Amino acid sequence: MTASTARILRSRPVSDWPGHRLAVTEKMRLDCGVDFGPFTIAYQTYGTLNAERSNAVLVCHALTGDQYPADPHPITDHPGWWTTLIGPGGVLDTDRYFLICANVLGGCMGTTGPKDLDPATGEPWALDFPLITIRDMVRAQKRLIDHLGIESLFCVIGGSMGAMQVLEWVASYPDIVFAAVPIAGAARHSAQNIAFHEVGRQAIMADPDWCGGRYLSLGRNPARGLAVARMAAHITYLSEPALHRKFGRNLQDRNAVSWGFDADFQVESYLRHQGSTFVDRFDANSYLYITRAMDYFDLAAEYDGMLPQAFADSKARLCIISFTSDWLFPTAESRELVHALNAVAANVSFVEIETDKGHDAFLLHEPELFATLRGFLAGCAEHRGLARAEG
Amino acid sequence: MSGSATLGLPLGAAAPGGASGPAGLRSDLRLIAGMIDPHARVLDIGCGDGALLAHLAREKAADSRGIELSQSGVNICVSHGLSVIQGDADSDLAAYPTGAFDYVVLSQTLQATRHPRQVLEDLVRIGKRAIVSFPNFGFWRIRLVLLAHGRMPATGLLNHQWYDTPNIHLCTIRDFVVLCDEIGIRIGQSLTLDRHGRPYRLDPRGSLANLLAEQGVFVLSREKI
Repeated sequence: MTASTARILRSRPVSDWPGHRLAVTEKMRLDCGVDFGPFTIAYQTYGTLNAERSNAVLVCHALTGDQYPADPHPITDHPGWWTTLIGPGGVLDTDRYFLICANVLGGCMGTTGPKDLDPATGEPWALDFPLITIRDMVRAQKRLIDHLGIESLFCVIGGSMGAMQVLEWVASYPDIVFAAVPIAGAARHSAQNIAFHEVGRQAIMADPDWCGGRYLSLGRNPARGLAVARMAAHITYLSEPALHRKFGRNLQDRNAVSWGFDADFQVESYLRHQGSTFVDRFDANSYLYITRAMDYFDLAAEYDGMLPQAFADSKARLCIISFTSDWLFPTAESRELVHALNAVAANVSFVEIETDKGHDAFLLHEPELFATLRGFLAGCAEHRGLARAEG
Repeated sequence: MSGSATLGLPLGAAAPGGASGPAGLRSDLRLIAGMIDPHARVLDIGCGDGALLAHLAREKAADSRGIELSQSGVNICVSHGLSVIQGDADSDLAAYPTGAFDYVVLSQTLQATRHPRQVLEDLVRIGKRAIVSFPNFGFWRIRLVLLAHGRMPATGLLNHQWYDTPNIHLCTIRDFVVLCDEIGIRIGQSLTLDRHGRPYRLDPRGSLANLLAEQGVFVLSREKI
C-alpha cells in the first residue's frame, strides 16, 4: 500500500463528508448511447433558496474540482477552491443567492464514477464505466435542479471545464438559465489541449499499478502515473512569467546543483508536491474519464457545426471572461464565442482580464475578476428582481 | 475607439450610472438619447465608460449593449452591470445579424475607423436606424487655422496633433451627406451643433451648416424612415 492510499483510508469515511446526495433511480441516456443508472449525485449547497425559488446559482467545477467550493476538502482539509468568491457578502453572496455545486458525473467525490461499484459485477466499474460527455454532466445536474424544485436558475457559473458546462447549460436548457458566466473557457477543446490530456492519460496507463484500470479490485494505485499527469497539466495552468516570478532558476534547499536527478530546482520540487498531493484526493480512472469528456467537447458539433445555433434560443445574459496570460484557453477562443453570440444578437458581455497568472487565474485573487462578477451579477439580479440581502 | 477618450471630450459622468439625468451626458449623447424610443434595443459602438448605455437603461428601459475598444472601458462598464464587449467597429460588426437592433449608435467614432464606408453600411444593416455623430472638418475654425497658419488644426473636438491623432478619416458634413447619398443610405432626422453643443436651425445639407457646425448628428436608415 502506498503512503497516499494509507492517507486516504485514514481520512473521514465518505458518509461523513459534508453535503447531500441524490439517488437518481431513473436511467439517463448518455451521449455514448448507454442508458445509465441508477446513479448518485453528491452536491453541496450554500445560502437559502428564496420563496420564489429565483435565486439559485449553479456553480460548475473544473476538471479536478469538486462540490466543495467553499468547504475544506474532506480528504486534504485544504480550503475550498472558490472561497475567494463565496461567502456572506462575497461576490457569490450566500446571503443573497442559493448556491448549488455538484460533483460531476464520472467524478470521484461522491457522484457515481469509475471507482464506484458496478451493480452488475459488484466490482468497481473501472473501464466498464461508460464514456461521459460535458452534456451528460449537465443532464445529471438538470436532474438535481429538478429534484430541488428549481424551474429557473438565476445563474450558472464556472471556470475551465466549469465554463464548458455553463455553455452546455445555455445551449441545452435555454429557457432555464437567466445569466451565465463562462470563465477561461471555450466552445471546444483545442488540439493542443487534447494533446496535453493525452500525455496525462498515457502517464497513468503506463504506470504498472494501473493494471488495465482494475487497480482498485487489485488493491493497487497508479499514484506515480497520476502524479505525472497532474504535473504536466499543472504547467498548463500557469504561465511562463508566473513560473519565473515564483521560482526563477532558484535551487531547492541547496547552494549548488546535485549533479543528479533530485529536485534541484524549486520548480521541480513544487511540481512534485503538486503531483503527490493530488493523488491523495483523486482517482486515476476518473482523471481519464473527465479529461476525455473535455476532449470530446465541441459545442458547435452538437449543432451541425454552427456555433451560433447553439445559442439561437437562449435568453440568457452572458458574461464571458478570459485572462491575458491563459494559453490553455486563450482569449481568442472566448472571442470566438462572443462572435457566435453576436451572430444571434445575444445579450453578452466580454471582459479580458490582464494578469500573468495564466489559466489558474480564475481560482486566484484577481480583484478585477471580482469587480466584473460583482457588477455583472448585481445588474442581472436587478433585472431578475432579486432583493438585496437583508441586514 | 472610445469617443470620449480619443477626442478628449468631457465625460458625461465619472462612472456609468453616476449621471443623475440627461444634463450629465455629453451634449451629442444627450441629443442622441432624445432620439431613442423607450424599450428599444440599442447597440452603442465605442461606448466609452457606458454613460449613454446607463442613461438609456435607466431612463428609457432600453435593452442596451455596447462595444468598446479599450479594455479598461469595457471592464468599467461590465462592473457597473452594463452589457459590453471588447471590440471595434471595423472588425466586430460583421458578426451581427441584419436588423438585430432598433438603434445602432456611433458617436464621435466614425472618423477613427479604418473603413468608414463599410462601417456605415454595417450600421444600417444591423440597426433599423443608425445614429451617427462626428466632428465637422468643414467647421470655420478648422478652415481658419489651416488657411491662416497653414498647419493641421488641433482645436476643439479635434485636439490631437497630426502625428498622434486616432482620427484617420476626417470628413466635412457635406462629405458625409454625399457618401450617404452614394451608398443609398437615407438620412432622417439630422442636427448640426455649435461649439457649445447646441443645435442650429440650419439645413444640414446647406453650406452654412457645413461652415458653422462643429459637429453633426444624423439618423440613418436603409429603408425610408
